Amino acid sequence: MLSIKNLKAEINGKEILKGINLEVKAGEVHAIMGPNGSGKSTLSAVLAGREDYDVTGGTVTFNGKDLLDLAAEDRAREGIFLAFQYPVEIPGVSNINFLRTAINEVRKYKGLPDMEAKDFLALVKEKQKLVELDAKLAGRSVNEGFSGGEKKRNEIFQMAVLEPKLAILDETDSGLDIDALRIVATGVNKLKNKDNATIVITHYQRLLDYIVPDFVHILYNGKIVKSGGKELALEMEEKGYDEIKKQYDTATV
Amino acid sequence: MITDKLTATHNFLEELAKQAGKAAFMPTNEIGLALQYLEDKGIPNNKHEDYKYCNIEAILRKEFKTIAGKEIDLNIQDWMQKNKCADAYNICVVNGKLSSDPKDFPEGVSIVSINNAPTEHLHNHLAKYAPSNSDALIALNTAYADRGIFLHVTKSFKKPIVIHHINSSEGNLFFNVRNLLVIEKNAEAEITEFYHSSTQKYFTNNLTEVFVGENAHVNHTVIQNAGVASYLVNATKTHQHKQSIYTNSCFTFSGALVRNNLNTAIAAEFSETHLFGLFVTKGNQLVDNHTLVDHLKPNCQSNELYKGIVGGKSTAVFNGQIFVEKDAQKTNAYQSSKNILISDDATVNAKPELEIYANDVKCSHGTSTGKVDENALFYLKARGIGEESARKLLLQAFAHEVIDQLKNETIKERVSELFQESLQD
Ligand SMILES: Nc1ncnc2c1ncn2[C@@H]1O[C@H](COP(=O)(O)OP(=O)(O)OP(=O)(O)O)[C@@H](O)[C@H]1O
Ligand SMILES: [Mg+2]
Repeated sequence: MLSIKNLKAEINGKEILKGINLEVKAGEVHAIMGPNGSGKSTLSAVLAGREDYDVTGGTVTFNGKDLLDLAAEDRAREGIFLAFQYPVEIPGVSNINFLRTAINEVRKYKGLPDMEAKDFLALVKEKQKLVELDAKLAGRSVNEGFSGGEKKRNEIFQMAVLEPKLAILDETDSGLDIDALRIVATGVNKLKNKDNATIVITHYQRLLDYIVPDFVHILYNGKIVKSGGKELALEMEEKGYDEIKKQYDTATV
Repeated sequence: MITDKLTATHNFLEELAKQAGKAAFMPTNEIGLALQYLEDKGIPNNKHEDYKYCNIEAILRKEFKTIAGKEIDLNIQDWMQKNKCADAYNICVVNGKLSSDPKDFPEGVSIVSINNAPTEHLHNHLAKYAPSNSDALIALNTAYADRGIFLHVTKSFKKPIVIHHINSSEGNLFFNVRNLLVIEKNAEAEITEFYHSSTQKYFTNNLTEVFVGENAHVNHTVIQNAGVASYLVNATKTHQHKQSIYTNSCFTFSGALVRNNLNTAIAAEFSETHLFGLFVTKGNQLVDNHTLVDHLKPNCQSNELYKGIVGGKSTAVFNGQIFVEKDAQKTNAYQSSKNILISDDATVNAKPELEIYANDVKCSHGTSTGKVDENALFYLKARGIGEESARKLLLQAFAHEVIDQLKNETIKERVSELFQESLQD
């Protein structure tokens, strides 16, 4: 589904991604861990099409298409969804109007007519239930005045409505209380099927207790320095990144 | 220099005098004051502080070498059929002249040509709120206005009065329009002025004096969509009596030049003033909003919000003055001006001016000019919303509160439509 080869990216002349390789197949869950500032959010932003970053090398193919060639909106329409680490507040745009516009723009791209109003409302209702999102939030401006946890839940709600092929969850667990974590994780699991895939970026094993990864990758200093099965996350949680840092830092000197 | 300018003024005034003659309904002493002022000051150019960005003299010199354009008759019935607002009393004003006969008006509302206004009202109000020697365009209007309307409201009514301003001429027409709106004690009125698009070049120097009586509530909405051939100077001078509420909402969607001079004198206690503005500019447009709220008496409130979406090579000006006079204790006065630049070649000049002479007051002002929020834009795009739709959504969100505060649904809908249209191309 997603194939990243030797991806390099920089911002303001500073290289952040220094050659990323990653293969994600349909039905898989990948976890990416790594110390602060290692480039996890940068990788997700580059995949989602944020233009502030300059891709300086490598390729990304998504379901046979050259992803880097597509505008951000077309990547979303092709089925990439980024749950933001820091969801943006947009005063004056109601959540519901935002979602309706998004759904219909995606449908237009696929040559489908606008969704019927009643179908849309039914869909919204169903998905709100899935992530136990307070219905009142739908009428409010996008993320405006939402609590940290509400913002994260709203991301998963949008994901549930848009049903992407590849979801990239950037620290969706941070800021969630224990119940919310379980609800969000359950939501993600319910949306999982053999045709879609998930990349979970996290610092904590506790999310991975719920969303069990098939692969775990450690990103450090702009590179994936170690990959393994779900036990790698447990190992990292136990030992921390010291060993990796030491090993990697000396290797490059 | 000065002599050059005065020669230009002289020539222009001579032309104008030939066209219009002196304002027939205006007291001769006011005309005298006005002419003297014009003689002294000339038509303002960019050396006048108040017209720094709005060189009227140059525009007249370059664009209106002749002002003798012929007026053309218009089939009002046809026009109304296409353009009237539903659920409203519609009035047509062609080239500043009252053209439709407002028969269906409810009791307590009357509109006549300013030339036929009852003398007592002219005597009580005319030139009282717009001193003839305070501004050259007021002076010009005072001396030469030969058309306009007098609206008198003595009872409350809910349906809006919509005054449609239409231009019908061969082009190169210049005229001075003088209006007087008198809303008497305890009356409530919903008045909308709607400037419609014209393809012919014309210049309107419009001056409206508004008297808001004791405990009267007035919603005064101005929609300026006169097209790229239109030059409009629009002065609104409002005088508020005790416990009155005056709300002015000004929407500017097109016009080569739009200069609004909006002054409100809060002349008695326990009154409220609300000023809202929204302008969308593009091309080479110049939209210049000058507002002044003058708090003369204690215990009054004013609230002002102006928003602009400034594109193309256009220039937008906002100059918002608030005066709180010595006597005006317990004043609450707020002002905010926010602009979004949507092109690198557009310019915004925003300047708040507060002058406070009372000590027990609450006043604040704020102004900001920025671009469309890139983070918000990316967020929308990351959900599949295209660049153009995303930008529009954000601009709509920006403008929303100015449009949404309109009380009348028909007018609100019309303004929303025009706003959407103004965001195209
Ligand atoms: N606009 C920018 N200019 C310069 N450096 C930047 C910019 N944006 C990000 N960076 C840097 O890129 C590096 C990677 O940041 P990124 O947000 O991808 O890290 P992360 O792995 O997501 O960290 P965290 O775990 O804290 O979320 C950091 O050192 C950061 O300071
Ligand atoms: Mg991050």
